[in-house]
Amino acid sequence: MSRADRALLSVEHLTMRFGGLVAIDDVSFEAPRAKITAIIGPNGAGKTTVFNCLTGFYKPTVGRLALRHPRRGEFLLERMEGHAIPAAAGVARTFQNIRLFPGMSVLENLLIAQHNALMRASGYTVGALLGLGGYAAAERRAIERARYWLDRVGLVDRADWNAGNLPYGAQRRLEIVRAMCIEPVLLCLDEPAAGLNPRESAELNALLTFIRDEHQVTLLLIEHDMSVVMEISDHVVVLDYGRKIADGTPEAVRNDPAVIRAYLGEPEEEARE
Amino acid sequence: MGYFLQQLINGLTLGMIYGLIAIGYTMVYGIIGMINFAHGEIFMIGAFISIITFLALGLVGVGWVPLALLIVLLATMLLTSVYGWALERVAYRPLRSSPRLAALITAIGMSIFLQNYVQLLQGARNKPLQPVITGGMRFLEDGEFAVNFSFLQMLIIALTIALMIGFTLLINRTALGRSQRACQQDLGMAALIGIDVDRTISLTFIMGASLASVAGLMFLLNYGVIDFYIGFLAGVKAFTAAVLGGIGSVPGAMLGGLLIGLIEAFWSAYFSVEYKDVAAFAILVLVLIFRPTGLLGKPDVEKV
Repeated sequence: MSRADRALLSVEHLTMRFGGLVAIDDVSFEAPRAKITAIIGPNGAGKTTVFNCLTGFYKPTVGRLALRHPRRGEFLLERMEGHAIPAAAGVARTFQNIRLFPGMSVLENLLIAQHNALMRASGYTVGALLGLGGYAAAERRAIERARYWLDRVGLVDRADWNAGNLPYGAQRRLEIVRAMCIEPVLLCLDEPAAGLNPRESAELNALLTFIRDEHQVTLLLIEHDMSVVMEISDHVVVLDYGRKIADGTPEAVRNDPAVIRAYLGEPEEEARE
Repeated sequence: MGYFLQQLINGLTLGMIYGLIAIGYTMVYGIIGMINFAHGEIFMIGAFISIITFLALGLVGVGWVPLALLIVLLATMLLTSVYGWALERVAYRPLRSSPRLAALITAIGMSIFLQNYVQLLQGARNKPLQPVITGGMRFLEDGEFAVNFSFLQMLIIALTIALMIGFTLLINRTALGRSQRACQQDLGMAALIGIDVDRTISLTFIMGASLASVAGLMFLLNYGVIDFYIGFLAGVKAFTAAVLGGIGSVPGAMLGGLLIGLIEAFWSAYFSVEYKDVAAFAILVLVLIFRPTGLLGKPDVEKV
């Protein structure tokens, strides 16, 4: 198997400029298929900007973002419309500050993520209005899938709650399984462990490895919590000031002098102070 | 008692028409946060398409009233939706990411444009229509006064209730309605889970326009005369209804429409006809002072 076959996502020479500010400067990396790739780096290193480029929030100034979908062929994400990135290419995302639909129930949050399949099944609502059977069956399948994921994260008994009323940790889990309901091949998680207690953080690790191993989804993870990064990621990319400074296995990255310098500063400088 | 009942019927009929228009305002506000001031003109265009279709049917000799009504209803819903869709596509979509004020001014501009467009094409004179539905039920006869509940009023009330039930089901029970509610809460997130936001917004305009066109048809049947300027006052009243009910809330728009209709009818009946608009707007002012989110509106949730 060649290198390109193993990588689900290839980011090549990604550059993002905002006026004179270079947020990402010529970053290239690959996310291997069905593996967890962590993107780490100090604050302001450009991690979230990479996500924003991948999910169509920003159009990259320069660069190529190629996603090789196992069933649908290759997509160039930088050329796609916002909603087509999740719908066609299968890229899902969660946010640092949770973005559920707070006024909808937990179940509806998962159903809405299966919107496109339901719309097709309902003959774009015409069928549903006429009460055709296909829609009811599709809706049942959608509820079945939602139930499967709610079961995974222990929220089945709160399916009727308003999503906005869930406790913080449960909202995080719900956001991740909502992303899974669009049946993504690439799941981008922006600081999923932020604000979780150690027990919740361990549950999160279990959920993410389950998603990787059982559903063969490639994960891209921005995380500051090094216990999460070191424990579950297969591959780590380190950014600093918009540049990639290291790329490799967690052990290799942990011992990389450039990474230590970025996080802790120059030893000489510290000595002088 | 009879007089009161009569005003109640009149007020309900008027309120139904306002309610149907108000839904368009409230849905568009809910989904893209702008007041579509051209919506009153969409209602007026609906009334014009209705009268043109009626006259055309008269020419080809479709005389059976229920059939004629059905054809007119479908024609005006269909053609007015095209106007609603085009309005969004041409005037609002290019401004989606610009400041709200730009969209608001564009809406006022489109309103003026559409008024003049109809005036140019159809002329400025009043357009009368022979009564299509006549007769009614008389009850509580008391000397020369009797409560008159016309078949037309029954039709307006029944059709509006049917449309509102259908519409509520559409919003709450179908995948399409779910996607509209999702867009209402967080457009960016809706796109990120694969919802085609542009299409959802287009559909919202189409739905609002088709409901307004039905209101236009009802207005035409009820008053028997229309001109290119009817959209302004009806639009402002329906907007008031939407704000009164709580803008962004569909049941609120229906309730607000009914209230405005009833206030107008009772004020004209018991106080003075000249000041009926003042009464409606004064209620609006009071509601906004004491309950700024409207009767059924929820406080604005902070969006991230």
